[in-house]
Formats: sequence, structure tokens, C-alpha cells
Amino acid sequence: MFEVKINDEKKEILNFKIDLINKRHQSGSLIGLLQSAQDSYGYIPEKVIEYISELVKIPAADIYGVITFYSQFRLKPLGKNIIRICEGTACHVNGAKTVLQVLQDELGITVGETSEDDNFTLLSVACLGCCSLAPVMMVNDETFGNLTTDKIKKTLKNFRSKHITEAVHEKN
Amino acid sequence: MKKIKVGLGTCGISAGGELVFNRFKDELLKQNIDAELSETGCNGMCYEEALVEIEDDHKSYLYSKVTVDRVGKIINEHILNNNPVSDWIIKSENISKEADFLKNQTRIVLRNCGEINPTSIDEYIAKNGYDAIQQVLNKSTREEVIENIIKSGLRGRGGGGFSTGMKWKFAYNSNSEKKYVICNADEGDPGAFMDRSVLEGDPHSVLEGMMIAAYAIGASEGYIYARAEYPLAIKRLKIALGQCYKKGFLGKNIFGSRFSLDIKIKEGAGAFVCGEETALMASIEGKRGVPRLRPPFPAVSGLWGKPTNINNVETFANVPWIILNGWEKYAALGTEKSKGTKVFALAGKIKKSGLVEVPMGMTINEIIFKVGGGIKGDKKFKAVQMGGPSGGCIPASMGDLKIDYDEITRTGAIMGSGGLIVLDETTCMVDLAKYFLNFTQNESCGKCTFCRLGTKRMLEILERITDGKGKESDIGILEDLSTKIKSASLCGLGQTAPNPVLTTLKYFREEYEAHIYDKKCPAHSCPSLITYSISEEYCKGCGVCIKSCPTGAITGKKKEVHLLDNGLCIKCGKCFDACNLDAVIKN
Repeated sequence: MFEVKINDEKKEILNFKIDLINKRHQSGSLIGLLQSAQDSYGYIPEKVIEYISELVKIPAADIYGVITFYSQFRLKPLGKNIIRICEGTACHVNGAKTVLQVLQDELGITVGETSEDDNFTLLSVACLGCCSLAPVMMVNDETFGNLTTDKIKKTLKNFRSKHITEAVHEKN
Repeated sequence: MKKIKVGLGTCGISAGGELVFNRFKDELLKQNIDAELSETGCNGMCYEEALVEIEDDHKSYLYSKVTVDRVGKIINEHILNNNPVSDWIIKSENISKEADFLKNQTRIVLRNCGEINPTSIDEYIAKNGYDAIQQVLNKSTREEVIENIIKSGLRGRGGGGFSTGMKWKFAYNSNSEKKYVICNADEGDPGAFMDRSVLEGDPHSVLEGMMIAAYAIGASEGYIYARAEYPLAIKRLKIALGQCYKKGFLGKNIFGSRFSLDIKIKEGAGAFVCGEETALMASIEGKRGVPRLRPPFPAVSGLWGKPTNINNVETFANVPWIILNGWEKYAALGTEKSKGTKVFALAGKIKKSGLVEVPMGMTINEIIFKVGGGIKGDKKFKAVQMGGPSGGCIPASMGDLKIDYDEITRTGAIMGSGGLIVLDETTCMVDLAKYFLNFTQNESCGKCTFCRLGTKRMLEILERITDGKGKESDIGILEDLSTKIKSASLCGLGQTAPNPVLTTLKYFREEYEAHIYDKKCPAHSCPSLITYSISEEYCKGCGVCIKSCPTGAITGKKKEVHLLDNGLCIKCGKCFDACNLDAVIKN
């Protein structure tokens, strides 16, 4: 799997959180721990599972079971931009399928995958809860509603060019 | 001084509310204008967002569909020159463009949503907030509180519809030094956003309801289990909790009484089944959220084996109102067995999608046409889907049905948490049933065989039917599997998973038959069962459809009738959307 070295700074953050939880004598801390691990790394690397397993004395297999049960947890790193397409009922009856098709065609990936340039990861969510704007997608923390084919293409283009400008800045 | 309130619920923010808020902030600062700028939650009119309300001398002006570009004019004319821009106002002293939407509602749960700033505890207190808990602590015994809630007739708003007061009584009767109270904010039904709006718009009302429940059953610790997909709701809850601790409304010896309570927030990690109470508790304990057999019920043995009372967000938000206004007033609303009001999330093919709160007993037609303004594009009303993946479709012919727990259950649907998805003639009922089965099949935790495998088999059959490969025996197998899944599943998810299929079979059987026998989709929605052609009569040869076609299936010279090659057509529908002359025909 992934060769991840737990760097000291992140390890410290995680240790700190574990410490805090132990101090408060809270049981049931595993999900919270995994959430903070994912916040730090963007996903849950195998090394981190082993590390948490030692600390909280829960077998790695059980932790793996919890991770794969909940859809929020990821075992693979994500692209730079995360597109979440809403599959709620209101979106479904207002053409979410077309939206998904356009996104898949444009990005050349299916749900759950990351584009080759690591720019986009396409995910689906059960409902974003803004049904009045259906069909809806979220790119990172921004919601885009009343989607049409053109609007999707424009949005992707904007995020792509953002990516290019950032890359140029990095070079400079 | 004028007060400017910008609607910043999730719906408001996605409609650009935050940009509007920031523009107001910049302009007020730049022009050095003395006005108060504040945020508020969703008032239910999601279809009119971004909403801005300007309060002036006890008068209120509600602006709808405000964009950044409109801010300048509103400031110049209204704020600086007392000249409201009436064209953009939907509600004020003299203007009431949205009167129908509002006047048919009775707002108890949503009493403060869109009115107060959800991040200000003082604004909640100014609306008699935390009066109910003080009244209870000073004047009522725990038994009296439970008795009041029983008499009010309040039933669980999460979908179960069990008497809230009775639930409290069971937890009260359990002897234990440690008891828990839990707020279920894991609103997972697709198409439902009632709880999210309440948490975003009025988090303190939910906390106060939890406090009253905790006092009544004797709990000293509480949890709010909230969906991780609701970041804004969680953020506002955290602010509200912090404020309560600061004021001493939570913690030890609340309001100088002997009652102590701590409340924590637990974030869910994305699993629909965790809305089921035993799965929810397993998840709080840090385990996989798998339901277990009841009894023992949570009121006897719940979180970490201790007596626990679980209610949902909307139920708790009702409680302070009932205490302050008396159970009689609450019980006076509604029908014989369903009291009070219910919040519905109106969505789908409806003109005014948003959040409404109506008294129980209102009919479906009244909600859709009087409150919701009717069907989008004035198409034909076909059915309404209630209760999400656990519910079912009620056909338009039963539109005079009164909203009431028992009446709805009789149709085969359920009241559910309050998602109300309106469907028109273009919705294929088989496809809709497939959609819900796909959802439950994905979300089944896998513990019970019938739920795990049965839903999968049902989904495969529905996929086959919508693909035009349905067999004669399919309807029989669907019905057979449905009854077996219902009777052999442990929790609500499996027990209700076949409902969308059963209700559509009951009311729209001919659509299934058309798919299976005639290989036709009457709603012209299933791609495998429709063909496109170009009308010789209407086509002017403009070439728009040629440009839109991704496979080159359409050919033809300019100003001549175009031709569509069905062999190349992938039925994406792009030409149908592109043509302005209605010359592309779907069959």
C-alpha cells in the first residue's frame, strides 16, 4: 500500500488529541480519532491505522472494519479539488443523472476516482440538503446549483485555470 | 437604527448570501453608515434566496433574490434615503407577494428560524428562550413535565411517530444512577432538510428541549449525533453550546437548581443506518453502526448499557413551546391522533421548494397548491413521495388525504421525517423505485441476510425492467421478496426498504406492465425505452441539434429537415434540450 512516513508535526497533533481524549476518560473515541487523522492527512494511511491501533489497544482489523463501514473515511489520497455530486431525490428527478454523465465525460473518471492530473476527485453524496437548487454539486466548500451542461463545463474550466495559475506561481 | 438581516442557511449561502452579506459589510464600512448587520437562518423560502430583511422602526421589508449587484441600490435608496425598492420586496406592510406561502403555515418549530441570529444566545433569550427550562426547574416536578408532554400528544418527528411523553416515561421509570439523553440529528433521508434548517436557524431551541427531557428522565449527560455532511449546523451547534456553558445554562447546578447536565456533539461519519437508534448508539460508542435486536429498548439499556432517551431535532424543538404555551394549546392543533404541526421539506417538481410548517390534518393538495404554489412549469401533478427510502408514493388521485401519521401509513407510505418530493408526469415511477432501492441497497449494514441480499436482487430486477429486459415473472418476484425482506429484517431500514416498490406497484402497476410487456416507458424517462426522431413539420434545419449531438447521429443541410440515425443515437437527450422549435420528438 502507501509508503507514508508519519512526520513529526502531524504525529504530535495526533498524539496530542489522543492524550486529550485519554485524559477526559472518554470511551468511544475511535471515530473521532480517525476523523482527526483524516483531517491531518486528507485520508487514512495504513501506517496511521497501525499507530492508532497500538495507542488505543484496538486490533488494526477492527479499525479497518470501522473505516470501511463509514463512507466518510478514505484509504486513498484525494485530488486537489473534490467534486461532490448530489444524488438526493430532488436532484434525481431534476436530472442529476445527466449532470453525472457530463462530469464523467469531462473528467474521464467515474465516481470514486481521481483524475490523472490529480486535479479532481469525483464523489457522490446522498443529499447535500439544498434541494431547492437541484440539481446541485459541491466543489470543495462551494455549492453550485441549478446545474446545466454549460454551467458544469464553465465551473470545471474555472477550477482548471485556477490550478494552472497556481502552478505558474509555484514555478516562479 | 436600521437592522439588515441576511439569510445565511445552507440554501442562502449556496444562492450567494455570503457574498451579499460581505458586500453589505464593505459598503456600510466604506460609507460609514450606522446600521446593524446580522445573519439569520432560513425562513423556509429557499426558492427566493438570497433573502435580506431590513427592519426599521418596527417595520420590516423582505427583499428576495438579492444579488451583489443589487446591494448598492438597496443601500442608496432604502438605507440612506428611506425609499424602499418596492420592485424587489416580497413582503412588507403594503406588499405581500408571498402571502399564500406564509399565511397557511403555523410556525412552532420554525418560530425563530429566519427571525433571530442563530449565533446569538441573547436574541434567543429575547424570544422567551430558556424560559421554559427555568419554569420547569422552578415549578414542575419531573412527573408533571412528562405528563404535560404526554397530554400534548407530541409524537416522534423522526418518522417513528411514537408518543414522546411515553418514551420519556419509560426512561424515567428505569432505575439507574447514570442516564443519557440523545438528540438524533443524523438526518439521512435524501430530500429532507428540516432538521438541518432548525439546527442552522435556531440551535438553542433544540438544546433547551434536550435540557427539559434530561431533567424529566433524570439524565446528566447528553449527546447530539449530527451528520458530518452538515458542517454549518455543527458549527452553529458548537457556538450555541459554548454560549450555554458560558452563561451557566449547562454544566453543574443549572439556574441554581440541583439539576446538572453536560452535552457533547458527536459527528457522524456517513452511514444512513446510524439514524436507527441502536445503530446510532453503537456509532457513539465508536463502533460500526450496526443495529441490534430490541428489546431491550434504549429506555432500559441504551448507550453503554445505561437507560437512554433518543428524540430527533424537530421533536426537541417543539418541547419548549409546549411548556411555555401549555399542552392544551398544542393538542388543539391537528387531528384526533396526530397533534401539533409538522415541518415538511418541499422539493422536486414544485414551484416553491423550501421549508414549511403546517398543522397536522392539512391535505396534500393544500400543501402543494396553496402553500407550495403548484407544479413547476404547470405540468400535471402525478404523485408525491413521502418518507424517503422508507416511504412511498401517494398518487395525485389521493390528494385530499389528510396529513396524519395513521392516514399516511394506511396508504403504504409513511410520514417519515418530513421530506415531501413532488413528482410530475415526466417522472417514471419504476425509475424512482429503482432509485430508492439503489439507496437502501447501498446503505444496508449487511447484518440481516434478507436486507443485504434481497435488496440487491430487487435492484437487479428493477434495473432489468427499466432496461427493457423485464420478464413476465418479475412483478411477482418483486412482491415476494418485498414481503420477505419486511418480515426478516431487524431494523427499520430493512423493514421499510421495499415500501417504494410496493407503493408504486400498488398505485402505478400499469407503468411496470408497460415497461415489461410493451417495452415502453410512459413517462418517456428511461433511456433504453425511448427513441428520438425529428419532426418534418417543425424542423427548420437550423443545425442546433447537429452541434449538440456528441455522436454525429444527426445529419442534414442548412434549412432542410434534419435526419436522426437511431443506430448512432445514444439517447443522451442533448438534441431534445437544444431544439427551440420542439422538432425533436421523444417516443
